[in-house]
Amino acid sequence: MATYKISVNNKLLTVDADPDTPMLWVLRDHLNLVGTKFGCGIAQCGACTVHFNGFAVRSCQLPVSEVKDSKIVTIEGLSAEGTHPVQQAWSEVDVPQCGYCQSGQIMAAAAMLKHNPHPTDEDIDLSISNICRCGTHYRIRKAIHLAASKGGVTK
Amino acid sequence: MSDQTVSRRHFLKVSSIAGGGIMFGFHLLTDASPVKHAAGTIFSPNAYVSIDSNGLITLMSPNPEIGQGVKTALPMILAEELEVQWDKVVVEMAPLDQSKYGSQTTGGSGAVRSRFTPIRNAGATARQMMITAAAQQWGANEGDCYAENAFVIHKPSGKKLAYGDLAAKAALLPVPASVKLKDPKDFKIIGTRVHNIDNHKIITGKPLFGIDTRREGMLFAIVARPPAFGKSLKSFDDTETRKVAGVKNVVSVPSRNLVAVLATSTWAAKKGRDVLKVVWEETSKLESTPDHDASFTELLNNYSEKPGRNDGDIDAALNNKDYKIVEAVYETPALSHANMEPLNFFADVKDGKVDLYGPTQVPARLRTEVAKAVGVPETNITLGMPRQGGGFGRKLQPDNGVEAALISQAAKVPIQMLWMREDDMQGDFYRPPSMFKYKAAISPANELVAWHLNAAVLSGGRASNPDGFPAKAVANYRADNHSLKTNIQTGPWRAPTSNSVAFADECFLDELAHQMKKDPVALRLELLEKAKNQPVGKTDGGYDVAKYKSVIDLVTQISGWGKTKKPNVYQGFAAHFSFSTYAAHVAEITKLKDGTFRVTKVYSAVNCGRVVNQSGAETQVEGAIIDGLSHALFSKVTFDKGAVEQTNFHTYKFLRMKDAPIEVIVKFVPSEDAPTGLGEPGLPPMAPAIGNAIFAATGIRYRKLPFEFAKA
Ligand code: FES
Ligand code: FES
Repeated sequence: MATYKISVNNKLLTVDADPDTPMLWVLRDHLNLVGTKFGCGIAQCGACTVHFNGFAVRSCQLPVSEVKDSKIVTIEGLSAEGTHPVQQAWSEVDVPQCGYCQSGQIMAAAAMLKHNPHPTDEDIDLSISNICRCGTHYRIRKAIHLAASKGGVTK
Repeated sequence: MSDQTVSRRHFLKVSSIAGGGIMFGFHLLTDASPVKHAAGTIFSPNAYVSIDSNGLITLMSPNPEIGQGVKTALPMILAEELEVQWDKVVVEMAPLDQSKYGSQTTGGSGAVRSRFTPIRNAGATARQMMITAAAQQWGANEGDCYAENAFVIHKPSGKKLAYGDLAAKAALLPVPASVKLKDPKDFKIIGTRVHNIDNHKIITGKPLFGIDTRREGMLFAIVARPPAFGKSLKSFDDTETRKVAGVKNVVSVPSRNLVAVLATSTWAAKKGRDVLKVVWEETSKLESTPDHDASFTELLNNYSEKPGRNDGDIDAALNNKDYKIVEAVYETPALSHANMEPLNFFADVKDGKVDLYGPTQVPARLRTEVAKAVGVPETNITLGMPRQGGGFGRKLQPDNGVEAALISQAAKVPIQMLWMREDDMQGDFYRPPSMFKYKAAISPANELVAWHLNAAVLSGGRASNPDGFPAKAVANYRADNHSLKTNIQTGPWRAPTSNSVAFADECFLDELAHQMKKDPVALRLELLEKAKNQPVGKTDGGYDVAKYKSVIDLVTQISGWGKTKKPNVYQGFAAHFSFSTYAAHVAEITKLKDGTFRVTKVYSAVNCGRVVNQSGAETQVEGAIIDGLSHALFSKVTFDKGAVEQTNFHTYKFLRMKDAPIEVIVKFVPSEDAPTGLGEPGLPPMAPAIGNAIFAATGIRYRKLPFEFAKA
């Protein structure tokens, strides 16, 4: 066990955990931020996607000891009230079915739009590789285009 | 059943509840169960609507939400008849209470189908009683009053009273013997487009799911289970496990062959489980996929003892020297449910009481099984259900709840049990693999005159539906089903039976059309004409010709079937009837620059009766199409000595955005009929539509799933 001070959603938090504990479980079990989801634990599904200094990473592969002074943002920190353009587009297009994969999908899309405000279909194909068993891919694509057309993502 | 009037036998019970409100419990014949009831029989209530004196309207939703949209559709139905705004209805997941709510199982695409009329009835009765209460208060004629937007309005004077203010008075009124349902042409809510009721919570990451449960004093449990079917727990050594920081206890449940590691975090429990030394012993046969395939082949050399259907004289037709005989064998693999939310359950067993909370499609059965396993009466068990991260049939098995309860009982603490993905892959109740052997005959007049399907499936279930299309349309028709015994767990998986046989049937029909040099759609229409005008054999059951044709006509129209001029684009057609719903798809595949193919666009026509929520209905079909495509392209489970070879998503593959269709067009055949199933029927025709498109593009017939053409 070791003690870590990490920045999550712009707050500096203290965590006692084994160094190899993936951020996924630190978020869910230690910090009670359960919006980040577990799907596979091996970087395949993307349900656990969070922002790491603004980039989308799969938190099941990110040990707490590697976070250091990097900034982690989770779905809970993307916006307080669901006002982030990607969240709004998700609502408007009515993307979710069961909803379980969607926080990971939203985090992946938000990071992509930040670095590529007007993605083509091909860009979306290459950047979004999360799994959705419910098959919401077609609506996810629509929602990403919608968010982009409304001015995209600035923060 | 008449759409308009509800008779007394669908009677409502009204009772006063604290606070002066009224509670309507409705006892109904569900549309899904055509059981004949004796006069005077009282049906168990299956849901409750309440209106309190503040005007708060609550719908207790009896079926769990697994992503099928029931939590959004049911309040729309209620609001329509009750004359309130749909988003003013507060939806609560009803706790499990069979005596109050009746069957709360979710499966077979039945939630909206079976609740449509009951909930309309409840809403209409509540509305009628509000009107009566207001008319009495005003000393007015009921005929001069109407309901709108949660008020009763007196037309001549314009006076109004809110539902909340009428609730106490309405509670004292007798229940009307029959109530008039709204004329569907006056529907303002049913048939519109509304969004998933939980969207805001989902997009902001609120704790909605079973896996998000956190309770005082709770430990996380990760479990060691047999690594192969055929193996059982012999002994274990937990010395190393107990040294892992955060591990609090290790308990075993020999009756279920499991050892559970309990810790203060999931990660600690997993690490503890990973260093647990368990000895598993072989207690029954260790089966492998090649053995299953060999057994299928052998079974299909013979007819079954009793054919599922046997019209005309199949042997004579298939031996007729003047006929052209076409033969083919199709194969479908085992599949895992792989719900995105891995199985989990919260359980707290204490002082002879059990508190359960978690994802299930069968709450009643789960509680019964827990009662038996733990040894407490069912009345001592409470069960709550969260929103669920997919169902697809996996949660029709109660094993997750039973395991959690037994672990909590053994450890004497509240626990949340979570399955790692590897546990989920090895511990599933798989979609069983199947094999389909066809023999058909074409007459010199170029007509399909014989069809024999000999089908085999691993364990349980039916390999094929003997009365499915093209039954009734072929003079000599026989269907045989075989089932192979196994110790591997199998169970329902989205659109059971249909999800396999539709692939085989619809591709084989395409083969026949090409042999006959007929357009594949034209061949189906020709067969449907025969089924309508000169039906063969048993005509009840099976499919409805006009509805089957309605989806074929619509999809060929919207897809420009046979007329597409887009370069490098090829179309494939397939249709199927399941869960009372008709679906026809045209898949378009595009040849890419590197010579590989991508499914770029899918057109779909669906006849599912009246559509309640346009957005929800479209999304179910879009999802079923993409799910069907994903499994057709990538997924299979194979067994090696009882162990599943695909242990996680690196080998059990799913479609990603780069393989998803760019566009999915879903249209519904306008219908005045009551709603039918929608969670499943869009899936079965997808794999064959792709197989048929690939044939159109390459002349190669793929008869085995998953296709691997994309990599060709
Ligand atoms: S849980 Fe991290 S990628 Fe699946
Ligand atoms: S919405 Fe259910 S897994 Fe994506």
